[in-house]
Amino acid sequence: MATQHTRVLGRILVAPSVILLFAWMIVPLAMTIYFSTLRYNLLNPGLERFVGAENYIYFLSDPAFIGSLLNTLVLVGSVLAITVVFGVLIALLLDQMFVGRSIVRLMVIAPFFVMPTVSALVWKNLLMHPVSGVFAWLATSLGFRAIDWFAQVPMLAIILIVAWQWLPFATLVLLTAMQSLDSEEKEAADMDGTRPLSFFFHIVLPHLARAVTVVVLIQTIFLLTVFAEIFVTTGGGPGTKTTNLAFLIYAQALLQYDVGGASAGGIVAVVLANIVAFFLVRLVGKNLET
Amino acid sequence: MRMPLRAAIGGISLILASQAMAQTTLTVATVNNSDMIRMQRLTSDFTTKNPGVALKWVTLEENVLRQRVTTDIATKGGQFDILTIGTYEVPIWAKQGWLLPLEKLGPGYDVDDLIPPIRAGLTVNGKLYAAPFYGESSMIMYRKDLFEKAGLKMPAAPTWDFIADAAKKLTNRSTETYGICLRGKPGWGENMALLTAMANSFGARWFDEKWKPEFDGPEWKKTLTFYVDLMKAAGPPGASTNGFNENLALFNAGKCGMWIDATVAASFVSNPKESKVADKVDFALAPTAGLGKGANWLWAWTLAVPAGSKKADAAEKFIAWATSKDYIALVASKEGWANVPPGTRKSLYSNPEYLKAAPFAKVTLDSINTADPINGTVKPKPYVGVQFAAIPEFQGIATGVGQQFAAALTGTATVDAALASAQALTQREMARAGYK
Repeated sequence: MATQHTRVLGRILVAPSVILLFAWMIVPLAMTIYFSTLRYNLLNPGLERFVGAENYIYFLSDPAFIGSLLNTLVLVGSVLAITVVFGVLIALLLDQMFVGRSIVRLMVIAPFFVMPTVSALVWKNLLMHPVSGVFAWLATSLGFRAIDWFAQVPMLAIILIVAWQWLPFATLVLLTAMQSLDSEEKEAADMDGTRPLSFFFHIVLPHLARAVTVVVLIQTIFLLTVFAEIFVTTGGGPGTKTTNLAFLIYAQALLQYDVGGASAGGIVAVVLANIVAFFLVRLVGKNLET
Repeated sequence: MRMPLRAAIGGISLILASQAMAQTTLTVATVNNSDMIRMQRLTSDFTTKNPGVALKWVTLEENVLRQRVTTDIATKGGQFDILTIGTYEVPIWAKQGWLLPLEKLGPGYDVDDLIPPIRAGLTVNGKLYAAPFYGESSMIMYRKDLFEKAGLKMPAAPTWDFIADAAKKLTNRSTETYGICLRGKPGWGENMALLTAMANSFGARWFDEKWKPEFDGPEWKKTLTFYVDLMKAAGPPGASTNGFNENLALFNAGKCGMWIDATVAASFVSNPKESKVADKVDFALAPTAGLGKGANWLWAWTLAVPAGSKKADAAEKFIAWATSKDYIALVASKEGWANVPPGTRKSLYSNPEYLKAAPFAKVTLDSINTADPINGTVKPKPYVGVQFAAIPEFQGIATGVGQQFAAALTGTATVDAALASAQALTQREMARAGYK
């Protein structure tokens, strides 16, 4: 056991790195909070002044704000659901032995390495375009009318693109978790005559719980700020149907070089992300504790 | 053995470094468009004529460039000696005192050869603040064969009514031929460029003389109703996400009867390597509504020097080179007349060799000449710009308005609802920005 003396020494030795980490976090945050209380536009220099909460009131009273908040949650929730469910299924499939497995694995993982802007362009112009897209060709050759994805179901279209991008990540994490399942456990279950379905629900799924938690938490962080896919395809429209918080901040403040407004929007987004994270950790985080 | 070698290498690199120090190095920020890439390739011509000046290029995609350059100049970062900026930025920045007036372009530069509307958009208080590298307007590109088959003849200066009528006659959904392709993707440089220019021809304007937005007026209503009706009757599906590139692809695949967009597209649609319909394309001026103003916009990429630059002399020398008649001749001799940067100099459009290589030259020049950044609307306006208002708030406002108009196009909102939200949104932003 550590003595009083070594404990003090330990704290002193750890202090520099803790202070550095703390400063790393607190300095940008403090500056953002400070900027968010200023009337500060890069293109109108010399007019900076303290305005208190005006930037916040302005951002929160935006007619598109509530809608964009809901859009953000719908986007994050749907993509999470799709990637986790299909991630588990694909991981199960890839865990089997079959000819060409390594090639299939590589192909499944590939979408993750495509840049968001590029994949959005490919989906928009080659797949979902109602005149020149593959989906339109399929629909018309089967005698249906082509769907105008980004006009009729814009949010679904965005969700599909983002889910396609993140599915490999979920698959990869879940596959490694699945491979760590003890083979003796499998044999024991086999010997006891466990049926495949109950093997999956009672042994595989509980084993994956922790990996699913990691997938959900990490993806949430990135999905809250989805921007490129929206910017490239719908531009937040039609109307504000696909405007999420990130896009709203972009259109409200960044496009106009409004540092004050952008900072306020950023702080609002941080607060909301923390609320989401709080519930999420409550919901699934207990898996991480054991 | 080792030590002296290292010392020698160190010595050599020191000498090299000091030589480089004696030179003036200009850092040029520019867009990754093909014309600018070509300029970058040809700079050896400039450096051999101007020993002692070296160039460093920062070539970026348009939106990234705009962000980098704007933050740099607004925070007085001084990273760049020469900036590539558009006609939207020049009046705003010149008013802020961020740009150096270009007064030392040299005797051979011939400022009066610059096409007047382009020059007017770059001039503030009688001083030229940026030199145009290439300029563009917008015009109609249309299919001669489809027009003939439908028994139509495109007038030299068509009206919107004729265009709407023709578009409906050309549309044949079973063969996937659509009468007209227009931009629909939301964004200040996307659908709003087209719609603002179009609104000018219908007598509308963004703001009245007291900076009050006018989306609640009858002119905008007429514009948007016309646009939505036209696109519903004769536009391609998916129009609400079509920008320049999407429409270019549709037109080149032979799916559009007409397309109103940037004049630079003319060289793409008439290039047999890219276009299936290259030999069937003709050009006409953008339509009017009989009010004397056309729906053609005006844009130019220009080169400018930030105020307070310590290398202003060398920078102006470079700008004079890159925007001169000699540069155009240089490109022509190396890469052919079809590839010279268009839309900046009158002399280019009286050059028989260029006119032969570019059948769209005359319509392009006429389009640029009739676009007026100062008096482009029927009623007087307080802002500079044809398809934009050169105020810092415009990008954000117009992107929001563009979303509303896209909703009207897809039918998720009515024209009246879209205009009402556009009006509310613009008023809100303008009040915040302090316009009374």
